[in-house]
Amino acid sequence: MLGLGPHASFIIGAYAAAFFALGALAVAIVLDDRKQRRLLADLERRGITRRSAAKRRPAAAPTVTRTAP
Amino acid sequence: MTAALALLRRDIALAFREGGAIGVALGFYLVVVAIAPFGLGPDLNLLGRVAPGLLWIALLLAALLSADRIFHNDYEDGSLDILTMGPLPLAVVAASKSLAHWVTTCVPLALLAPVLGLLLNLPIDTIPLLVLAMLVGTPAVSFIAGIGASLTLGLRRSGLLLALLVLPLYVPVLIFGVSTISAAVTGPGSPWPPFLMLCAISLASMVLAPLAAAAALRTSFS
Amino acid sequence: MTFSLNTLANPSRFLSFAGAVIPWLTALTVILLAIGLYQAFFVAPVDYQQGDTVRIMYIHVPAAWVGMGCYALIAIAALGTLIWRHPLADVAAKTAAPIGAAFTLVILVTGSLWGKPMWGTYWVWDARLTSLLVLFLLYLGLIALWQSIEDPGRAGRAAAILALVGAINLPIIKFSVDWWNTLHQPASVFRIDGPTIDPSLLTPLFVMGAAFFALFILLHLIAMRAEILRRRVRVLQQTQVAQAALS
Repeated sequence: MLGLGPHASFIIGAYAAAFFALGALAVAIVLDDRKQRRLLADLERRGITRRSAAKRRPAAAPTVTRTAP
Repeated sequence: MTAALALLRRDIALAFREGGAIGVALGFYLVVVAIAPFGLGPDLNLLGRVAPGLLWIALLLAALLSADRIFHNDYEDGSLDILTMGPLPLAVVAASKSLAHWVTTCVPLALLAPVLGLLLNLPIDTIPLLVLAMLVGTPAVSFIAGIGASLTLGLRRSGLLLALLVLPLYVPVLIFGVSTISAAVTGPGSPWPPFLMLCAISLASMVLAPLAAAAALRTSFS
Repeated sequence: MTFSLNTLANPSRFLSFAGAVIPWLTALTVILLAIGLYQAFFVAPVDYQQGDTVRIMYIHVPAAWVGMGCYALIAIAALGTLIWRHPLADVAAKTAAPIGAAFTLVILVTGSLWGKPMWGTYWVWDARLTSLLVLFLLYLGLIALWQSIEDPGRAGRAAAILALVGAINLPIIKFSVDWWNTLHQPASVFRIDGPTIDPSLLTPLFVMGAAFFALFILLHLIAMRAEILRRRVRVLQQTQVAQAALS
């Protein structure tokens, strides 16, 4: 390996700390993004869209039967 | 102008009448300075060296703990709604209330500081400068606290949140306030350059902070 | 294709823009990080004074650029919220704050680990690190304010005001910290960058800078998309409750 000198543990520690901090940030952001996309897809599958309030009355029957087997 | 003065007089009168509001702040200041030697040790030399910083930090905390009072009482009983619709510009209202906080909280604290300075072995000939520096620097404390109070109006844990938001903004006041007194205590250098910076910061805060506080008050209402 | 901030003001168009850009940006970020790290460890020469510990600079300094640039972005977004009422400005500000805080934390930790072998203590109150600590506290304040106000509209405007107050104060804080530091400076002057930066050290620095910049934009875009979707989900969940209540 490369010789990092007498203070190698500090260098590795610094890079590791940065890696973990930014990695944890990235993981948190990506997981949150996936969760929101999953929730949105779930709601849309159940027929609740942003226009659903307008077509609620006449379309009530079809949206319910879509999830029925 | 008379409307603004009337508002100021009303707030000052209310603060004096509100049992214990000023006394509690003074008591807090006393208690913090009194327990400090238990943490730092009774060595008078050490205490004398940290006295300027300790006196300023404890004053900032005591002023902050009273800061959510600046708008809260009027917000609770609806007077703030009336004030926002009244003839006074909201920035003038915010300035007047911050000034009331200065008169009723910071000035008494600054006047108590000499006694506490003696507890901490502050040289007695620096005490007039201590009071002067605090009187000149605390307008910045009150007016910046007004920004914090308007941003956290009505929120839970508003006291702690206000302190978290506002304390980093106090760094310049603390640095120049302490340097003024330290320069007189230990030298080297004259206390007047940091003192003038303190004046500048206070004056700038008195002009600019009410604008931010007024904008923040409007967010709580619209 | 010309686009301005106005083109991206529509959340749906922003979402499709983000969806298209994110995969490419991910690849770019990975490549830049790989090149930068390789150069930092294998190509960059050893500093004659600091030895290998100068390699910490390749994380510390780019993180500082991003940490400070992020606050500038939040301040500009604050103007967007308050003055131009750009619809996505508060989303940009809200999502940028934790990212900026994380990068600033990286600055502080790497600065501390750089300091220990250099001058024997884990923390030193020099002007740069102290100002960055105050910047970190300002980020924490912004995050705390966002979390404490429930109404997103009020939260956005309040956080914008706080961001601008902080932005105006930052030069004053920096000036007062510099002044304070020269007052208390011991005889020898420590500079965390080292006395000079040799040109051969610069290339890895700029590559890592570009890598961190790409990483910031990537994370920010993903976070903005998540925030926009979160708001839609909340609206839809309220619609769902309303529908269930009425049926």
